[in-house]
Amino acid sequence: MSGKRSAGYTLFFAIAVCGVCSILVSVAAVTLKEQQQANFLGNLQRNVLIAAELLESDEPVDTREVTERFAKRVKVQRVALPTGETLGELTEKQLEQRLTGEMKVEERPVADNEAKVLAVPEESIVYQVVEQGRVTLFILPVEGQGLWGRLYGFLALKADARTIAGLVFYEHKETPGLGGEVDNPKWRAKWKDRRAFDGRFEPVIEVIKGNAGPPERDPHRVDGLSGATMTSRGVTALLRFWLSDQGYGNYLKQHRVKRDA
Amino acid sequence: MPEGYRKTFFDPVITNNPIAVQVLGICSALAVTTQLKATVVMVVALTLVTGFSSFFVSLMRNGLPNSIRIIVQLVIIASLVIITDQILKAFAFEISRQLSVFVGLIITNCIVMARAEGFAMRNPPFLSLVDGLGNGVGYGVVLLSVAFFRELLGSGRLLGYQVFSLASEGGWYTPNGLMVLAPGAFFIIGIFIWVVRTIKPEQVEAD
Repeated sequence: MSGKRSAGYTLFFAIAVCGVCSILVSVAAVTLKEQQQANFLGNLQRNVLIAAELLESDEPVDTREVTERFAKRVKVQRVALPTGETLGELTEKQLEQRLTGEMKVEERPVADNEAKVLAVPEESIVYQVVEQGRVTLFILPVEGQGLWGRLYGFLALKADARTIAGLVFYEHKETPGLGGEVDNPKWRAKWKDRRAFDGRFEPVIEVIKGNAGPPERDPHRVDGLSGATMTSRGVTALLRFWLSDQGYGNYLKQHRVKRDA
Repeated sequence: MPEGYRKTFFDPVITNNPIAVQVLGICSALAVTTQLKATVVMVVALTLVTGFSSFFVSLMRNGLPNSIRIIVQLVIIASLVIITDQILKAFAFEISRQLSVFVGLIITNCIVMARAEGFAMRNPPFLSLVDGLGNGVGYGVVLLSVAFFRELLGSGRLLGYQVFSLASEGGWYTPNGLMVLAPGAFFIIGIFIWVVRTIKPEQVEAD
């Protein structure tokens, strides 16, 4: 080990090490950025497709295939919250910029709620699956507090804007084997054909303790996750929040009116 | 491989294992061992970081001012970890999401620092590289065996493939919930150390 060095040498050494290391780190970050963003976008698109049942959750398709399928079947709509006004489509590039934070989105704080959502974007996104010019599915991004952290996912509603087609969470920190079962395809399948709203269009969907009946007899309730009361409550709260007028409620109302007229 | 290199490499794998004997790096051993696949990636990442940080530290050891040596070691380790993390995010996205912060936390893994400060500062570069890789492999042996049991007993799978048919899907195996939680790893590491020290009683510390 070396003995005492002059202060000048020490300073020079420190600066040199920092310089070399920062160049290496920057080079890695810059050259890999494009690939990372493609992965990030692909992951989101994959989960939208899973919520829409256009992709199996364990289907081994690569990012390019996902992006192609997404582009073919899904329209990305900008929606103003809470009015629900549709503002136009978003291109793939713009979607990527939004997701990676390159395009800033204004947020508006909301009143205290059970889902512990603090703010909603002024301008949110709704994914629409379109078949022969008609929207067959609305896919809404949802998020809220579980037991250990936030759950992020997508809720797919059928063309009537009331009936649930699917629910998927792509990011959460719930306990594996308990709350983590939100990922379980068996549990996710139980959501299909449940009614998110009651007759007066209040969001009443609920994850209960124990087992719910089949959708035709027990349309507003879904089996709880055993050993995961807090996660189940969190899922109920976050769905009700995003389906309410603070979330996508008004947007969905407009689509019901359009359809019923 | 000359005798010195071989000993430097295999010593930390068997006789002086960083986890089993020195009980270092336990934090990530608990966190990333629920699934074998993620563990493999973590082990490779840690092994490369330990090896190359020791290599670079050793390379500059003679010119390194004593007063700033620890921080310089940390800068080197941190840079390698960030680069590793960036590479994983680009080429192994799914796994990097599973490992989340734990790749970044390799920076604070005691094994890496211990090898840089304890070995690389006093030995030539290639020997330090071998020592770092050996310690990474030693860490890996323990982590992989922990992950093997945790994934098998906790979810009836290995590398994501269903090995035991689960009771919830009409099979016979009821997953052991403890194994998917961090305390499950404590039990397995404890049993691992017990077995190793029974075979090699010289590793038992004096009371």
